[in-house]
Amino acid sequence: MTGVRRIADREGTLAWLFLMPSVVYIIALVGLPFILAVGFALSDVTTGDPSFDFVGVRNFDAIFDDPVFWRSLGNTFMFTGISMVFIVIFGKVLANILVADFKGKWFVRFLILLPWTTPVTLGAISWLWLLDSIFSPIDWLLRQVGLLGEQGSLLGNGSNMYWLGEPGLAMGSVIAVHVWRLTPLAAVIMMAGLVAIPRDLEEAARVDGAGYWRRMFEVTIPLTLPVIAVSALFGAIFTFTDMAVVDVLTNGGPNNATQVLTSWAFFRGIDGGDVGQGAAVALFLFPLLLAAAIAILRAVRKLEVR
Amino acid sequence: MYVLRRIGVYALAIGAAFFCAAPFLWSMITAFKQNRDLYNPINNPFVFNRPATSDHIIYLFTKAAFGTFAWNTLWVGILVVVITLALSLPAAYALARLDRPWAGWFGITIFLVYLVPPSLLFLSLSRIVVGLGLQDNTWSLVLIYPTITIPVSIWLLIGFLKAVPRDIEEQAMVDGYSRLGAFWRAVVPLTFPGIVAVIVFAFTLTASEFIYALSFVSPSTEKVISTGVPTELVRGDVFFWQSLQAATVMVALPLAFVFNLFLDKFIAGFTQGAVKG
Repeated sequence: MTGVRRIADREGTLAWLFLMPSVVYIIALVGLPFILAVGFALSDVTTGDPSFDFVGVRNFDAIFDDPVFWRSLGNTFMFTGISMVFIVIFGKVLANILVADFKGKWFVRFLILLPWTTPVTLGAISWLWLLDSIFSPIDWLLRQVGLLGEQGSLLGNGSNMYWLGEPGLAMGSVIAVHVWRLTPLAAVIMMAGLVAIPRDLEEAARVDGAGYWRRMFEVTIPLTLPVIAVSALFGAIFTFTDMAVVDVLTNGGPNNATQVLTSWAFFRGIDGGDVGQGAAVALFLFPLLLAAAIAILRAVRKLEVR
Repeated sequence: MYVLRRIGVYALAIGAAFFCAAPFLWSMITAFKQNRDLYNPINNPFVFNRPATSDHIIYLFTKAAFGTFAWNTLWVGILVVVITLALSLPAAYALARLDRPWAGWFGITIFLVYLVPPSLLFLSLSRIVVGLGLQDNTWSLVLIYPTITIPVSIWLLIGFLKAVPRDIEEQAMVDGYSRLGAFWRAVVPLTFPGIVAVIVFAFTLTASEFIYALSFVSPSTEKVISTGVPTELVRGDVFFWQSLQAATVMVALPLAFVFNLFLDKFIAGFTQGAVKG
């Protein structure tokens, strides 16, 4: 008996020994900075004057009075919501393509992965040039087919669309780049779900005479719903917390039309030097992310039940 | 019907590949263009109206220190991967195998850490980096990046470790190995596909990171690709477009190639981590 107990004790010690390095690392470099961020948000620290004075909720009052903050908040939600819908739809289609068998699959998979594996800033730079105000090849194509650049053309008689200069188009462009960049990730996650479906279930449905679309909507999609939820939330979190796309494409402009919370926090906190206000804006993200995290948890729970 | 479906699959596959890769195709054309060809809105942007040139790629290496950025990204990535594996492999093993009653919620908590975004932490982390005297030093990234990669790696590895049959380590212990020995000699080799998935994923995350690299490091010799390319090849309003596009393609292709090699393993890990984690 004592021998068995000793092994159990040893396992407990070993578990802690194995976990400790990761836990210490995370507490020191995620937990501590998080608490520090809360502290900054309640202080008047600036890059010029790093002395720490407690000012209560003054930073929050200041950011709530700023119309740009509300604009950023609205944009953050809108960009995230719209991108998520497209990411899920395109991701689902891509996942179905990637599990099918066809010649040249390896090469197609390689091309499809490109947007996700490329560092965000570099992908965004490619798009910056695609959407250039003068040399955009999209505009060139539109001019060639007569949709742009002549009197009475459908898209106006100017020679260019100014994709990143018009507020509406700039918002559309930012969303398009997010969708382009995150769809492969969603597809890979959903592929994981598709691969995990027991083969016999689909076979049974096929034997029962269910066609492709019927199997898709009555077997495949219900069974992979939790994975679809996980990929939707991954997509949402990556869009929600990203600032590279906005920073490279529009720098928040024109006139803050594409400003989001993360970019606004960066401009306030680093470029503007007001660390306290920057931290307050960034901290505002947290309750929203926590809600998303709880939703992810529930989706993962559902998976575990299966 | 069968033929129609095959055509449908191929059409969708080609369409999807085009949708994803089109910007890179165009980057490849742009990278070799002469300025007089590029900066003329009348020219067809998809063909070479003047002979191709490799001047801008040479510029990338001789004037813009692209080689330095690539080297920095590489060694930072490798060190981060090593730190990540050294810390997350034992942690994942503890959560997957050592039957602690708290392992379930502990694993979930660690996964939630992955959701804490850099945009929330970069302000205070840059203070910590300054406090440690690591500002403007690439080593600051080696220190900070594992905070992004460790949680997600633990989560992935739990799935792979649970797939290793218990009998194997029990047999190893019967054969005289200690628990630690069984872990190292019997379990780790069998988790090799998972380790590969973690290496690829952690490296990709590290190479893409932007906010930390931008706020911690400003001298150009210390920069990594994700910040060096956009800041050094854009001077005020002047964009070195051909060099920028060349850099994008040269980084994108190898990363996607390597990721594609291990995609199946990565997917397997995601399934196991999600379904059985």
